[in-house]
Amino acid sequence: MQFMAHQKIWASFYNAGGNLINMERRKALKTGGGLGLLGLFTAIGLIRPGMAWAKYEASAFDAKSMAETLDALGVVTPESNLSVHLTVPEIAENGAVVPVSVASFLEHTEQIYILVEKNPNVLAANFVFPDGTESFVTTRVKMRETSSVIALVKANGKFYRATKEVKVTAGGCGG
Amino acid sequence: MGNPMRIRASVQEGVTEVKVLMQHEMETGLRKDADGKLVPAWHITELKALHNGKTVLEGQFGTAVSKNPYLVFRFKGGVQGDKILVNWIDNKGDTRSDEVEIS
Repeated sequence: MQFMAHQKIWASFYNAGGNLINMERRKALKTGGGLGLLGLFTAIGLIRPGMAWAKYEASAFDAKSMAETLDALGVVTPESNLSVHLTVPEIAENGAVVPVSVASFLEHTEQIYILVEKNPNVLAANFVFPDGTESFVTTRVKMRETSSVIALVKANGKFYRATKEVKVTAGGCGG
Repeated sequence: MGNPMRIRASVQEGVTEVKVLMQHEMETGLRKDADGKLVPAWHITELKALHNGKTVLEGQFGTAVSKNPYLVFRFKGGVQGDKILVNWIDNKGDTRSDEVEIS
């Protein structure tokens, strides 16, 4: 089965030391040169381009501030756009489970990112929409405190956003 | 192998809606246990949903997605009996794959 093969590759890739690979990838990105371990694996055919893991934007998920996150994603201040619909509760009694829905009515929506400005890591999730999939997603996120939630949409290679504030009465990150 | 997902897929007027409930702790790496030690991060990093073998959604999760992640998405097409496969992988390399038929 094709998927089993994927799984094996995924698993072995991680077993080989997920952290190491992350580091290598970041290093490669930072120095802006070389194939990096990921590139090397791609090159020798262990990982085919387009396979999910190859695109995991670790640097964006690790970023601590909004500016850092946007930087890691390569976004220059996205415009607010009314065609991006963000649905969140005004008040979240439980910050551990905050429902978030995003719908984009922009043509050629490729990706939707969900960001929570005041979380320890701003980027919560990223969804990629192939042709034929509606640019809509519902999920649930954790929020440490009252914060803006941002739906960042990539459509036609450009970024747009919608922002709403959610008041959190009990934080969701524990500790 | 991770714990099984609950997946529901139904088609209406040519659009298939898929609801997925994954079972995963989604530890942020910031929480402390009773002894005051940090609980290491443990979360799903990626997921992929396929309709009859064709990718219909890809997702990447950070630590801020809630425990037992829930997801709803829709795609055009799909008929009753078609297969919807969802797989995820977490940062420890654990994976889970579940399949349902569109109802």
